[in-house]
Amino acid sequence: MSNVGIVIVSHSPDVAKGAADMVRQMVGQGIPLAWTGGSPAGGLGTSVEGILGAIDAAWSDAGVAILVDLGGAETNSEMAIEMLDPARQGKVVICNAPVVEGAVMAATEAWGGSDLATVKRTAEELNHED
Amino acid sequence: MADAQVLLVHAAGLHARPVVTLTKLARTFASRIHIAANQQGPWIDAKSVVKLMNMKTPTNTHLFIRAEGADADAAVAALVTLVSNDFLGGPE
Repeated sequence: MSNVGIVIVSHSPDVAKGAADMVRQMVGQGIPLAWTGGSPAGGLGTSVEGILGAIDAAWSDAGVAILVDLGGAETNSEMAIEMLDPARQGKVVICNAPVVEGAVMAATEAWGGSDLATVKRTAEELNHED
Repeated sequence: MADAQVLLVHAAGLHARPVVTLTKLARTFASRIHIAANQQGPWIDAKSVVKLMNMKTPTNTHLFIRAEGADADAAVAALVTLVSNDFLGGPE
């Protein structure tokens, strides 16, 4: 059984790494996980190359769920998905969820062996609860 | 159907980390598992991190656990052990 991979994309590498640390400590080592953040120049930002690298690092045949923070992170993630091999494109989704909480929820769901659609739905449940 | 009651001894209550540990253990069983802080319910899906966190259960609450399915007895026993052991020894 292969578990869905999780990618965390933030404008800040510290935020992205911190969220990934929380996932590793709470959910454990059982899922593919990668993070990316910061501009290539070392400032705040996101890059398509960085996101492509993270997708590759967290790749799973079950697919990859991406958690993003603000606007550009989402736009660059969409561009990264468009640049993927067509066979991979359908297996990568962006979750509409808060980056830290969504990453933990998505990772827990992925740890249990759920499929990509279920992982995405669980991360997005956060938007529907009080 | 199996059920049991266990005292939540974890000092911080059912907060993020214990919820994730409990959910991971629940997911290792095929049975449908529900948890409540009150015997009359509401009964919350033990495999949902979001729903369990939203219970906002404080420490010293009696948790009611029930499971339905082929491995219901083992599921309830494992969850009771986890909660009474202060969430130590969950799945890696």
